[in-house]
Amino acid sequence: MNGRPALDRFLRTDPRDVGCDQAMEMLHVYAELVASGEPAQQRYPGIAAHLQACGPCGEDFQGLLAAIRGETR
Amino acid sequence: MPAGLDAESAGWIQALAGAGPRREAALARLHAMLVRIAQGEAARRGPRLRITGPELDDLAYQAAADALVAITRKIGQFRGESRFTTWAYKFVIFEVSAKIGRHFWRHPAVPLDAEDWDRLPGWFGADPAHQAEWGDLFAALRRAVDCELTPRQREVFVAIVLNDVPLDTLVLHLGSSRNAIYQVLFAARRKLRAAMVENGYLGEDSAERS
Repeated sequence: MNGRPALDRFLRTDPRDVGCDQAMEMLHVYAELVASGEPAQQRYPGIAAHLQACGPCGEDFQGLLAAIRGETR
Repeated sequence: MPAGLDAESAGWIQALAGAGPRREAALARLHAMLVRIAQGEAARRGPRLRITGPELDDLAYQAAADALVAITRKIGQFRGESRFTTWAYKFVIFEVSAKIGRHFWRHPAVPLDAEDWDRLPGWFGADPAHQAEWGDLFAALRRAVDCELTPRQREVFVAIVLNDVPLDTLVLHLGSSRNAIYQVLFAARRKLRAAMVENGYLGEDSAERS
């Protein structure tokens, strides 16, 4: 592996990305939509873009989703 | 009370907004639930952390206690956009996250301001055995980091990419916020990609909207 694909993915940015503050403000709404199988990505593309790019927010989202689904209980 | 609440959420709000034994019982039940979620979240992240055993359990209990305080303080902000428990879980997940960031700030794996460029190819999964294939690519990236980024962007890039510092830990180190550091890194990524494309190291991408 020459690292080029990973570097390309890391440097790529999405202008729809809403940033951490907006994503975290709505995280409970977004996670509940995902947990119930609703098209959360279509409804909140800016949050979806952010969660894909931001490691810490993505981690918080996975944790909240696991809690909702009862995976951590 | 927000309109259109499900019965369970309405019950939580009524009990927590009240007084006396009913409120105390609701607080105890909420605390037990938050502890359970915090322990689960700490365990979920555990395999990737260098925190184990009692220390991880302490972290979970502290996260639950702090989340309970935050929830009772902000309960008036609950707008009923989700179930009450989902809204409450968010607080404890954030607390676990923040406490893990703080832990790594106190016990950094590498000095936060170290600068070891040899780590760069490995961060992107480049195989040392094939250095001939990637040597120019990462040399160009380093030049772009040095020439294109502001001192703040460079500092954030070096900490997160070269030193593998968790973003939340860097936030504490710089006395900043997660969003502010993310925006610095976002701008750095855009600049670096533009430079790498301009110099022929990465291709144009029609999916790139910026």
